[in-house]
Amino acid sequence: MNPRILAVTTGRILRQLRHDRRTVALLLVVPALLLTLVYYMYADQPAPPGGVSTFDRIALVMLGFFPFVIMFLVTSIAMLRERTNGTLERLLTTPLAKADLLFGYGIAFGLAGAVQATVASALAYWVFDLNTAGGSELVIMIAALNAVLAVALGLFCSAFARTEFQAVQFMPVVVAPQLLLCGLFVPRDEMAGWLQAVSDVLPLSYAVEALQEVGAHAEPTGTMWRDLTVVVGATVLALVLAAATLRRRSG
Amino acid sequence: MEDAIVLRDLVVDRGRRRVLHGISCAVPRGVVAGLLGPSGSGKTTLMRAVVGVQTVGGGTVTVLGRPAGSTDLRRRVGYLTQAPSVYADLTVRENARYFAALHGRSRADADRAVADVGLSAAAGQLVGTLSGGQRSRASLACALVGEPELIVLDEPTVGQDPVLRADLWGRFHELAASGVTLLVSSHVMDEASRCDRLLLIREGRLIADDTPDAVRAAAGVSDLDEAFLRLIRASEAGSAVAAGAVGTGGEAS
Ligand SMILES: Nc1ncnc2c1ncn2[C@@H]1O[C@H](COP(=O)(O)OP(=O)(O)O)[C@@H](O)[C@H]1O
Ligand SMILES: [Mg+2]
Repeated sequence: MNPRILAVTTGRILRQLRHDRRTVALLLVVPALLLTLVYYMYADQPAPPGGVSTFDRIALVMLGFFPFVIMFLVTSIAMLRERTNGTLERLLTTPLAKADLLFGYGIAFGLAGAVQATVASALAYWVFDLNTAGGSELVIMIAALNAVLAVALGLFCSAFARTEFQAVQFMPVVVAPQLLLCGLFVPRDEMAGWLQAVSDVLPLSYAVEALQEVGAHAEPTGTMWRDLTVVVGATVLALVLAAATLRRRSG
Repeated sequence: MEDAIVLRDLVVDRGRRRVLHGISCAVPRGVVAGLLGPSGSGKTTLMRAVVGVQTVGGGTVTVLGRPAGSTDLRRRVGYLTQAPSVYADLTVRENARYFAALHGRSRADADRAVADVGLSAAAGQLVGTLSGGQRSRASLACALVGEPELIVLDEPTVGQDPVLRADLWGRFHELAASGVTLLVSSHVMDEASRCDRLLLIREGRLIADDTPDAVRAAAGVSDLDEAFLRLIRASEAGSAVAAGAVGTGGEAS
């Protein structure tokens, strides 16, 4: 890996994103619209006695979920384009190392995810009065880590798609089970044993638990740090698998 | 000085079919070598083997004295893929600057490479909005910008206007005069006369490896197109003639 090449590659990916104004607008506006929707859906629902309001519970998880699902999609398609346009093959004939490319995507879209989470959090906290015991900066940090995890998964999954249609199909495959089993709909410890076992190997479960820890505790907890370690570990694993799909030689 | 490219009994299979049948040849340094042959004859496959992105079934490929695909060759070899491989959502200048930076070259180098392919006026334009010919020149600028010692160009002049084509060939010869080696493929025979050396490939076999003049002399005609036709007929007539006329390396491996 070479810091200069990593830096120019990150810059190149961000520049591509910047040229696509509509995508940038969608990245920032869609989470805001969906948060607004959820706010009004639950506006008249009474909070459970002594518990957190439904909006707080859902919005907190959504703040981590947006960057996850969106960066997964954006990365799968961007990487698929690199593969199908021949730019990947060309890059691999230059001094660029595989890690420069993978980390370049991780940093660029991780930053994009962090910006997205910051804008969505600002709205959630200031306009919709989201309440969390812990600080909003922890929420944003977890959301940014989620974005990087999603980038790593997207880089890997892009190897199994030949077309953009196929790449989009990976979203329900990779994202939907993680959302359903992450503990938002049914608390994880109330699920059937086998579902819990599946949930235990899905990285989003840990990200969501970390967010819930921030929601419930003023100070970062050990559980939160453990969860984030798992998220980072899953990211590294996905990056290693993604690197294995980047072959300099092919038939 | 050692040759820029040495192929020895190169065999490549793609999708269960043998695409290159034991090719042997050498390209000296500081020349423009033309790789000519009809579509589907294996030009792209051979070039991929030279830049080290093609899985090889047998034989050896030596580039600038090192096995093709060696890490240090990646800063010494430039590759233009047949389909333009540049970022459609970046401008011409941004593409050139990115590939320049990968090779440790400056922004000024990038701007010069853009000018060299005649795209200065479109430098600020998104590649996605360029015409096909402009897009392949943008891709060419990105292959030249690293100032490599060996430049492998897969059909760089397809779809270019005749004046530009002449300019580009002029640029290739300037580079060769400065010691750079160029391997340039084309399926148009009229480009053959612009090369210092010719490799004629047909159905994965080399049927000529010589200077244009020697190819003309061997065939006994002054027109290169006609000369190729005769060489092809001769090689089809009998392997003895083919082995005598050119360097296919004799026995198939
Ligand atoms: N990815 C591939 N998989 C299988 N066969 C291929 C592939 N690419 C090219 N071929 C086959 O290899 C042969 C040579 O192709 P190519 O090297 O592209 O020729 P050229 O560049 O001279 O047109 C052709 O018969 C082509 O069909
Ligand atoms: Mg070709």
